Amino acid sequence: MKDLKAESNLEKVLRAGHFALTGECGPPKGANVAHLKEKIAHLKGVVDSVNITDNQTAVVRMSSWAASTILIQEGLEPNFQMVCRDRNRLAIQSDILGVYAMGVRNMLCLSGDHQTFGNHPQAKNVYDIDSMQLISLVKKMRDEGKFMNDEDIDVAPKLFIGAASNPFADPFEFRVYRLAMKIQAGADFIQTQCIYNMEKFRNFMKMAVDMGLHEKVYILAGVTPMKSVGMAQYMAKSVPGMDVPESLIKRLRGAGKGKVAEEGIQFALEQMQEFKEMKGIAGVHLMAIEWEHKVPEIAERAGLLPRPKVE
Amino acid sequence: MRLSYPSSVKVIQVPCTGRVDIIHLLKAIEDGADGVYVAGCLEGECHYLSGNLKAKKRVQYVKNVLKEIGMEPERVEMFNLSAGEGPRFAEIAREMAERIKKLGPSPVNMKKAA
Amino acid sequence: MIIADRKPLEEILQMVKDSNKILILGCKGCVTVCNVGGMKEVGVLSSILKIARKKEGRPLKVDEKTIERQCDPEYIAQVKEIVDKYDAVISMACGVGPQFLSEAYPTQRFFPAVNTTSFGGATSHGVWSERCAGCGTCVIHLYDGMCPIARCSKSIMHGPCGGSARGKCEISKEVDCIWDMIVKKKMEKGRLEDLIQMKPTKDWRTARDGGPRKSVREELVQ
Repeated sequence: MKDLKAESNLEKVLRAGHFALTGECGPPKGANVAHLKEKIAHLKGVVDSVNITDNQTAVVRMSSWAASTILIQEGLEPNFQMVCRDRNRLAIQSDILGVYAMGVRNMLCLSGDHQTFGNHPQAKNVYDIDSMQLISLVKKMRDEGKFMNDEDIDVAPKLFIGAASNPFADPFEFRVYRLAMKIQAGADFIQTQCIYNMEKFRNFMKMAVDMGLHEKVYILAGVTPMKSVGMAQYMAKSVPGMDVPESLIKRLRGAGKGKVAEEGIQFALEQMQEFKEMKGIAGVHLMAIEWEHKVPEIAERAGLLPRPKVE
Repeated sequence: MRLSYPSSVKVIQVPCTGRVDIIHLLKAIEDGADGVYVAGCLEGECHYLSGNLKAKKRVQYVKNVLKEIGMEPERVEMFNLSAGEGPRFAEIAREMAERIKKLGPSPVNMKKAA
Repeated sequence: MIIADRKPLEEILQMVKDSNKILILGCKGCVTVCNVGGMKEVGVLSSILKIARKKEGRPLKVDEKTIERQCDPEYIAQVKEIVDKYDAVISMACGVGPQFLSEAYPTQRFFPAVNTTSFGGATSHGVWSERCAGCGTCVIHLYDGMCPIARCSKSIMHGPCGGSARGKCEISKEVDCIWDMIVKKKMEKGRLEDLIQMKPTKDWRTARDGGPRKSVREELVQ
């Protein structure tokens, strides 16, 4: 396979035309390496690569780059996430070189949840550059071998660039343009926010396909299985940019006591089946947060195992 | 109407309670009043349209200030009644006088006495 | 104008706890406009402090004065004769006032009675909202008269982020998402292409990040 940008497993799988499956793991709230290794063990061989979050929801956790290198040591491939909230351009470029040196090959460029959400709301806000500029920066470092200030980089980081897309945030009509901008800036792959409103997502994908965006970037649809009615209600009410239809909450409630989690998985499996056949979707990003041990089962039932091995 | 109300209540007449400002309420407390209340028209019936609503907000402001400095916010109050309600006027006067009696002399005064 | 909010009374009382005679100095500039430090507010604070101290049995003598501004040496000079007659002086001006006073009168202690917050204007009676962050490189014309640096919680230049919901910022339903407003206006005016172009990263040197700033008018310097 030639002309690969980063030669990561994820890139190879997508390039070869396979339906990709990525997972996610939040680093521990401490230097608890044992716990991290335990969680990721469930994902080994089950997904093509694993997102490692960066102080997700502005709660301090082990740094994304450190957890990513632990993943590499354990034989998995990380999708290193970096948010713009906590770092200025010096630290950003420095960390990009660092993670590449440690073996990271996939990177997601995100804005980051505002620190008021998290456990250190008093912190100073950085946001030196935004996620769009970060994507553009990584591309410049990779393809031109230059720092932001146009100085040469002695060994350029070759990273497969990812970005997030939220079809459910407002204004809806603009979301597909923003996706187009991220592609223009240099995104190689996109992971969407977790999807529950399938109708709205189909509309979004139709607009994206009409604009030909699916031919310029690999789009992975976000799936998070609902574990309980409480979880569904919380996400519907308290997570900005999340769209959980009432019909889903009703369906979960109707499953009966003790059977809600299974119903949630059923819904996720139905979604994954539709995504396999949906035009423009190159894979699924499965975010079974704190439910990593369920991922092998879900992947199996979705017919996505074994994962392809591409040279 | 010649209804009686406690002699401890001193009445200051204004054309509209909208004329009463925060500083007036504070000065009353500062100069030793154990309590001060504003009696304005019923809401929606202010002759000057919203004077009594402004007064209400100012009374609330002073209540908050009193709370902040450790004094009882109940020493300041807003009441609404119509100009024709003589008995209600007397009732309010008695109610407030009773309230202040229970609260005791203003802390501003107590130290003076000591 | 500069917007400020009065400090909690407990904090102000703490500042003057060792004083028996103070001056409260108001300002007829911005703090008068946002009703926090003008003549009226000086009178109110004076009365409050007197009540609180009477309550403690340690009366406080308070003088009141309001000058035109506290950000010009000519006005600061107006209090020269009286400033040292007090144990302490409370300034109700924005953060500039107490500093100018301290510089001019090094033998006196000046305390800020307000917390200065931002540059903004009145959005409705009694409400003042931030509009400008003083970044030093104004580009609001690129965003149809709206500033994302000051009004987007993340100062994003290619918004909105994924947290924008129903026109509100992810941090609070009380905060409008400025990017929602920018996008809607651009769409309405048929200027969406303006937003799709990549903007270069911001040069923060002209903002406070570059260090304390100074503006010089060469044509006026004597």
